[in-house]
This record gives sequence, structure tokens and C-alpha cells, in this order.
Amino acid sequence: MTKDDYKKLVKKHTPREPKLRNIVVAFFAGGFIGFFAEFLIYMLQESFGMSKVIAGSWTCLIIIAISSILTAFGFFDNWVNKCKCGLIIPTTGFAHSVTGSALDYKKDGLITGLGSNIFKLAGSVILYGVISAFILVVIRVVING
Amino acid sequence: MNFLYAFLFAGAACSIAQIILDNTKLTPGHITSIYTVIGAVLSFLGVYDDIIVKFGGGATALISNFGHMLYSSAYQGYMAEGILGIFTNMFTKSSAAIAGAIIFAFLVSLVAKPKD
Repeated sequence: MTKDDYKKLVKKHTPREPKLRNIVVAFFAGGFIGFFAEFLIYMLQESFGMSKVIAGSWTCLIIIAISSILTAFGFFDNWVNKCKCGLIIPTTGFAHSVTGSALDYKKDGLITGLGSNIFKLAGSVILYGVISAFILVVIRVVING
Repeated sequence: MNFLYAFLFAGAACSIAQIILDNTKLTPGHITSIYTVIGAVLSFLGVYDDIIVKFGGGATALISNFGHMLYSSAYQGYMAEGILGIFTNMFTKSSAAIAGAIIFAFLVSLVAKPKD
């Protein structure tokens, strides 16, 4: 059996992901988080008289706190497996990856484990966000003269 | 009506990401990084502020908002303080997200039992 034949055989027997169902689940999970964020912003504005920006920052913090706590209790891993991008793309995914790697590497000690691995997954988001923001600001400055 | 727009926008962004995840070899790490960069680019083009006005929490709850916050605070820093301002203001808006994630992750992991 050649390598290509083997690859075909593997491909034939790998369980196929239910793509359409994944998309629908991601749509509703992500949509729910967007709805929840908008609802929180609205509630904070109405009940505490906050400005929209401050209400947005509080909402961001609340969502991060909720997803960190749920990750620690172990619910979030199952939900991420089911909803996939519906929970990965919102800010919940960021908080989940930070808390998840903190928990996973805690057993290696507070410094060499938790401390050095806490940004294992979220690091790329911060790195490429900062680099792209920096380059784009430089481009904008050059364009504007 | 705002709630419906927020729902639809966040849902659409997530389902596009799911389509990319299922049909390419990219991992969730790639996709979140790409979305962050897209957010910065949309902010650069001046579109993201309009998106936030229209879709509210649906746009700010996504990871692309992180790129938008980084770009807009860096640019505002440049306008206020020049080149140094890019470096000193890069994280001003996104500070809540980063500090929040670090602090909650640390506190929670001190209390929670490590996984097997």
C-alpha cells in the first residue's frame, strides 16, 4: 500500500464533522453572547446611569469574570467542544484560554508552571494585535504626513 | 431591535469563523489571531466605530474588538504625545480585558483543583 492509498483510507474512515450543525450552533452561541453583552450594556446604562464606554468596559470585565469562573468549574471546556467558534471568537475565548492554561500548568509550580505558561494560547492574540496595531498606526502617520 | 442586531452580528462572525475552522487546517489560535488583526484593520479603515454604533455589544464582545482597542488607543496616543504616545498608550483601552483576564485567571486557579 502506498502512502497515498493509506491517506485515502484514513480519510475514508475518519468520522466526518457535522459541518452544517457546527455552523448553526456557533451562530446561536456567538449570537447569544453578543445579545448578552448588548443587554448588559443596556442594563448598566439604565440602572447605574453609566456612559456607554464605561458600561462597555464593565460588560467586558463581567464576561471575562464569568468565563474564568466557569472554566475553573470545568463547564466551559465541554461547552467549547460543543459550540466551538461560538465561544472562541467572543472575549470568552480569550478568558477561557488564559484561565485554561493557568489551570493546566498549575501542577508545575507557580513560577515555572502557571507563571510562564499563562499566555501560552492568548499570547498570539496579544502579540499579533499589538504588532498589527503598531504597523497600522505607522502607516496612518505616514499617509497623513 | 438593537438586541437583534447584536445577536445577528456576533452570530454571523462566529459562524464565519466556524466555516474557516471546519474547512481549513487553521487552528482556533490562528483564527482568533486573524480576527484580532481584522479588527485592527477595520479600525484603521475607520469602519469599526460605525460597526460598534450599529451593533453595540455584538461588536464589542468579539475578539476583533481587542484589535480595534489596541489600534485606536495607540493612534490616540500618537495624536496626543507623538511617537512615544504609541508605546505609552497602546494598552489603555484594552487594559480592562488583559488585566481582568490575568487577575481572574490567577485567583480562580489558586482556588480550583488542578486537572488530571
